Amino acid sequence: MATDQAVTAQPPQPRALLASNLALGIISFVVGIGLWWLYSASGATPLPGPVQVVQRFGTAIANGQLFNDMRASIVRVLTGFFLGIAIAIPVGFLMGWYRVARGLIDPWIQFFRVIPPLAIIPLAIVTLGIDEPPKIFVIFLAAFLASVVATYQGVVSVDKTFINAARVLGANDWVIFTRVVVPASTPFILVGFRIGLGAAWATLVAAELIAAQSGLGFRMQQGQLYYDLPVIFVSLISIGVLGLIMDRVVLFLERRLTSWQERVEH
Amino acid sequence: MKTGRVFGFGDSTFVALENLDLQVDDGEFVTVVGPSGCGKSTAMNIAAGLLRPTSGQCLVDGKAVEGPGPERGVIFQQYALFPWLTVRQNVEFGLKLKGVSAPERRRIASHYIGLVGLTDFADALPKQLSGGMKQRCAIARAYAVDPQVLLMDEPFGALDALTRVRMQNQLLDTWSRERRTVMFITHDVDEAVYLANRVIVMASRPGRLQEIIEVNLPYPRTDEIRLSPEFAAIRNKVWHAVYTRSGQSSSNKEE
Repeated sequence: MATDQAVTAQPPQPRALLASNLALGIISFVVGIGLWWLYSASGATPLPGPVQVVQRFGTAIANGQLFNDMRASIVRVLTGFFLGIAIAIPVGFLMGWYRVARGLIDPWIQFFRVIPPLAIIPLAIVTLGIDEPPKIFVIFLAAFLASVVATYQGVVSVDKTFINAARVLGANDWVIFTRVVVPASTPFILVGFRIGLGAAWATLVAAELIAAQSGLGFRMQQGQLYYDLPVIFVSLISIGVLGLIMDRVVLFLERRLTSWQERVEH
Repeated sequence: MKTGRVFGFGDSTFVALENLDLQVDDGEFVTVVGPSGCGKSTAMNIAAGLLRPTSGQCLVDGKAVEGPGPERGVIFQQYALFPWLTVRQNVEFGLKLKGVSAPERRRIASHYIGLVGLTDFADALPKQLSGGMKQRCAIARAYAVDPQVLLMDEPFGALDALTRVRMQNQLLDTWSRERRTVMFITHDVDEAVYLANRVIVMASRPGRLQEIIEVNLPYPRTDEIRLSPEFAAIRNKVWHAVYTRSGQSSSNKEE
């Protein structure tokens, strides 16, 4: 029997290349901060410089304000997001599997998808009060709308050959759904999560600008009111960093759960 | 004993297969060869239960085919291995559906994985396998659920010529050890003659049975047989049947 050649794993990235990418990143970052510092020190703008912002970070951390704001924002976004995907997955599966369900639900989704969830806030406040519920609701809406489309696309795109192969092996509809369609559509669903989380985060910040008493968005709005520019920067940077961290977490999950896929890149 | 008596399949605008009357005996290895559009894949899908005939019926072991099932295993051209499962898990898939216990599943799966020569890759994912290996895994998966009949739809069509020859020998070896009735679709005349004890030639427009040619060569098939004048004679006969007898030459353009 001739020897088998299994397909070898992707070629390893040479150390030098990785290091040079990192070096480029650091250089770019340092140059950027330097330019910012120059610009603010020149007096041509009321914007604070990096030193002031770092100092403000220090005070915000010391008196616990930054931590409280972060916690408030994160709790809101995760609550809305998980509610969103909890509903998006079953609805998406239903729509993908049953044409009738899709026909009934899709028009509503297509319509609400183009209304920024933010625009729903006045209505949400009137009906749900002024505390957490309206904010959670619009975040939920943003996450749900983004994820449900990805989920039902995932179901619809499952290769027919897999389904035929499963039928030949003796699978009934339930088995085909749980053991073939679900795993096969996981990559799509996880991409939907990433998009949903991004949409949720963006909606959260805007919701906090308008209708909150705590959180990073609220802190920025306070900064605008009281002309506290450094705190606006602190909040902005925190929003960016947190958003990036959350995105990376989902990306990591996605890579782990779909490592069986044959990829073109890497 | 597998009896296939398949009559036409087609809708009002297109007749894919017209009045195919075919009988296949137990343990036979028949290949079906013909130009594209001759309905060979259609015939196989009807036998598999993946398509319903618009007229007539297909009987396997005296019973009409109602839908797909493990007694009629199918090997697809695109492998159709579940990419999120390892080789072993793929092979055990059908067994799990039958409710076979875990240790028994493992034993059966290991047996067939060994039969196709993939023991060293039993825990690999399909993406780590070459085309030939994927197809071998598909064969093991079909065998594991103990089919009466194996239906193969141009299984080696996506492989390069050298791998194809290896796979043909490997398939015959597997088949000789665990004999099943095989219906093998191909467009490759050489492959059709080398593998089969009977070649079914089909013609197109409309898809129909044209001729049945016996292959009176012994098993096991070897390189000597492949290069022998007896083989060449049969092969030429089939070639003519496919390309010239029905008025089509091999240089005819099929749209």
